Amino acid sequence: MNLLEILSYGFIQRALLAGTLIALLCSVLGVFLVLRRLSLIGDGLAHVTFGSTAIALALKLYSAMSLLVSMPIVLLASLGILKLTEKGRLSGDAAIGLVSAVGISVGIVLASAGGGYNVDLLSYLFGNILSISREEVVIAALLCVGVILLLTLYYHELFAISFSEELAMVSGIRTSFINSILVLLTALSVVLAMKLVGIMLISSMLIVPAASALQLARGFKVCIALAALQGCSSVIIGIILSILSNLPASATIVLVNLLFFAAAFLARRIIYPKNSN
Amino acid sequence: MPGEVIVTTELLSCSYREGRVLEDISFQVERGDYVGIVGPNGSGKSTLVKALLGLVTISSGRATLFGTPLSGFRDWHKVGYLPQSLHLVNPVFPATVHETVGLGLLSCKKFPKRLNTSDKNKIKLTLEELGILDLKFKLVGELSGGQLQRVLLARAIVNDPELLVLDEPTAALDPETRGKFYAMIADINRTRGVTVLLVTHDSGTIGEHASKMLYLDKKLLFYGSFNEFCCSPEMSSLFGEHSQHLMCHRH
Repeated sequence: MNLLEILSYGFIQRALLAGTLIALLCSVLGVFLVLRRLSLIGDGLAHVTFGSTAIALALKLYSAMSLLVSMPIVLLASLGILKLTEKGRLSGDAAIGLVSAVGISVGIVLASAGGGYNVDLLSYLFGNILSISREEVVIAALLCVGVILLLTLYYHELFAISFSEELAMVSGIRTSFINSILVLLTALSVVLAMKLVGIMLISSMLIVPAASALQLARGFKVCIALAALQGCSSVIIGIILSILSNLPASATIVLVNLLFFAAAFLARRIIYPKNSN
Repeated sequence: MPGEVIVTTELLSCSYREGRVLEDISFQVERGDYVGIVGPNGSGKSTLVKALLGLVTISSGRATLFGTPLSGFRDWHKVGYLPQSLHLVNPVFPATVHETVGLGLLSCKKFPKRLNTSDKNKIKLTLEELGILDLKFKLVGELSGGQLQRVLLARAIVNDPELLVLDEPTAALDPETRGKFYAMIADINRTRGVTVLLVTHDSGTIGEHASKMLYLDKKLLFYGSFNEFCCSPEMSSLFGEHSQHLMCHRH
């Protein structure tokens, strides 16, 4: 099968389109999360997504309909993590761990009560972008436009709180509101990315492109652009490679991302040898 | 307007879990004052300025900025703030000096906040004024302590604030750079007419430049001019012969 033939299939076109949009969201948000030391929030919210998907499947809601259950639960969980960090005398990682444990345990209990792990739930665990439906592509596109619009409107505020929350407060920025926007947008992206790479690998979509961009970027906007470029390229290369080599798409996408990171890591040592330690 | 009150506190107290950090602090700062806030470790100096900026909750009493109670204060473009830089900057943060200084202009902007060409000129002029224009495209994580301090000062003054609050800005600097930094702040105070509140351990050097001294040890022990500070019985009892040393330092 040659490349043109691959690209002529509708399900592959849908996978490439939705995957690129989701990767764009995850990689841009990832820069803010990594710099705010909230990298693992994606992992925590992914576990909540697992629990919420188990609820949706228990209610016999499948595919795009399952988002109706997952979306509000994961959005609430993201705000829960934020509130626990702000008011609960907990550090960010402890709050993420707590919410994550609730999500995964609810998922396990519901899955076993429903007669064990069925194919649907496993597809959410490991992702199945090639099975994405038209409705899911439309939802991904709409949410992507909304998230990018909000990121553009609040770019400077997000930049300011990532640099220093204390300085941002004295600049009159409502840090609590901006933090809420950041975690809510992350929650939306995590729910969408579940289909792309699965719950097990979502955090890599958030962390790896940002980590690579931080190796090379000289400027905040450049960092976001590099992360977005890597995120989108990894999805396109990963999907095509997975079809050509008959490998699972989700893991192939993540491995391509990791190769990009290794290249950026080495390039930094060559380009900026003085600043490499 | 000289004589205009910029900062007021009335019986201001702050508490952390371990107990009271500030107790019944009352003072006023007038426009154009350069106030050095000194005191021993754990005396509440940083807590005081953080309380004035709304970063720490006031447990009792009140504070006003530009005549407005802190809870209703929204004119943050009138305030510039420089915290202890070493605790602030993430060494891998990918922002350039230009981008970092631009953050100081956000307080003047309405939603959606955007920087235009005149803002970029303002950033350039401020970098020139502080002698760091050549650092414009460097990353903040690549700067030395002294360079970083100047960049954060540029961020604090780029929006032409009327009040500049500095919290131990020279903690990481060597004595020579420290002296130059205080002189730079004194110059900003004189030429721009900016009111300055500066927290420091270094009561000798700050005495060379500050118009008023505020000595704190959970309670306000002294507030007045530097000469009064050196000659006051409170200072003699605290520093003994060192209070005279402070005086000599200035002359």
